[in-house]
Amino acid sequence: MDRKDWMGLLARAPADILADLWDGLGLSPAYRWLRAPEVGGVMVQGRAGGTGAPFNLGEMTVTRCALTLADGAVGHAYVQGRDKRQAEQAALVDALMQGPEAGRVRGGLLEPLAAQMQARDSTRAAKAAATKVEFFTLVRGDD
Amino acid sequence: MYVAVKGGERAIENAHAWLAEERRGDPAVPELSVAQIREQMALAVNRVMAEGSLYDPDLAALAIKQARGDLIEAVFLIRAYRTTLPRFGSSLPVETAQMRCDRRISATFKDAPGGQVLGPTFDYTHRLLDFKLAAEGDVAPAPQAAPQAGPVPHITDFLNRDGLIQTEEQSEEAPPDLTRQPLEFPANRALRLQSLTRGDEGFVLGLAYSTQRGYARNHAFVGELRIGRVAVEMEVPELGFAIQIGEVELTECETVNQFSGSKTEPAQFTRGYGLVFGQTERKAISMALVDRALRWRELGEDNLGAAAQDEEFVLSHCDNIQATGFLEHIKLPHYVDFQSELELVRRLRAEAEAAREAAE
Repeated sequence: MDRKDWMGLLARAPADILADLWDGLGLSPAYRWLRAPEVGGVMVQGRAGGTGAPFNLGEMTVTRCALTLADGAVGHAYVQGRDKRQAEQAALVDALMQGPEAGRVRGGLLEPLAAQMQARDSTRAAKAAATKVEFFTLVRGDD
Repeated sequence: MYVAVKGGERAIENAHAWLAEERRGDPAVPELSVAQIREQMALAVNRVMAEGSLYDPDLAALAIKQARGDLIEAVFLIRAYRTTLPRFGSSLPVETAQMRCDRRISATFKDAPGGQVLGPTFDYTHRLLDFKLAAEGDVAPAPQAAPQAGPVPHITDFLNRDGLIQTEEQSEEAPPDLTRQPLEFPANRALRLQSLTRGDEGFVLGLAYSTQRGYARNHAFVGELRIGRVAVEMEVPELGFAIQIGEVELTECETVNQFSGSKTEPAQFTRGYGLVFGQTERKAISMALVDRALRWRELGEDNLGAAAQDEEFVLSHCDNIQATGFLEHIKLPHYVDFQSELELVRRLRAEAEAAREAAE
């Protein structure tokens, strides 16, 4: 899991699951805000016909922040929604992943978070698969 | 004579207090939570996100609660909130070919790779009221089967290989944004698609239906309809690379339309496209039909004078917030306007009366 992967995971994570895992880590590093959490919008683009020229589909809410730990590591977060606490925890995770606590954060937070989200996706995919149509051909008469 | 008046503060305050009480309804009935609306009125939430043009299910649910279930009022609240948000940037275009599909059907190819996946649909229900829902009760978990691996390809890709369907124009040009620049005509397709995806579902549905009934008929098949979740990525300047900033549920509809060829083009199928926030199937199909009708000029078709072909008519009237804003303002005080009209009518009548008396 590289930085791009964990930032994406943290952006999509349900805030309550992230909060529980963060509390479970028992880390409370000192930090300073570089950019306090801020709620804003991002314009989501689609493509005409799914493959053609881009167009503006509509906005989504995003919360971002940046902070620095005492050792100088800088953590960034862009998370979906308006939860400033989630953004703060995501930025702390991002910063810690660049230092000596990386192993603990990976094993105690990122991997279980990825597993939970994977399980959620798999359950939906399994329900979708159960609604797949199996066609059968009726025997036709000879005349 | 113009007389400035003011007043009504107490009446307005009391009206709003009564509104709050009526919104709550009978206090003996438990109050709805925002989470209940988000989870159990999900399709209303999706419509408010799509037409409010802001993907945030909690905010849309709150707006529905505040608006007492008036979805256009809820869209209005979301649009107003949206204007207060700083814009962090634009995402990369979402890759709908990578969608994790809950539903994916084709009306044109029975044996499409990836199969016909119905998802949680109202189709094939009998539309009989289910009185069991009037009582509280647990719901049995939905059956599961082995999920299929990998992304599901778009069905139009298969037609594309044989050149039987028109290819989408490739471009990476930054699209116009009608939330930033006023609408101008002629509009390009990107602007039309933005306008339609946030347009009123009823209006877009009505126009789409008009094309099916023969006003600029373009006989559409649903080549593919898919509903599911896609990741949203954005370039973040301070990082120097793109990251996922979230995931949105989308409904995508690709229509395959008859096209008998023109002076310059051989006969081939053409496309209409719908892409809408949330599970919003009726809207996405409607959008695709209207998109196709509006493409008459680039496809060298005749302008038959149908409403669905007139981009100025469609784009200027599909926004329900603009429409309801102008429509509803006429109920607000127009005392002075009306007084001048009244005086005019009285003068005209007096003049006519005087002219008749003079003639006698």
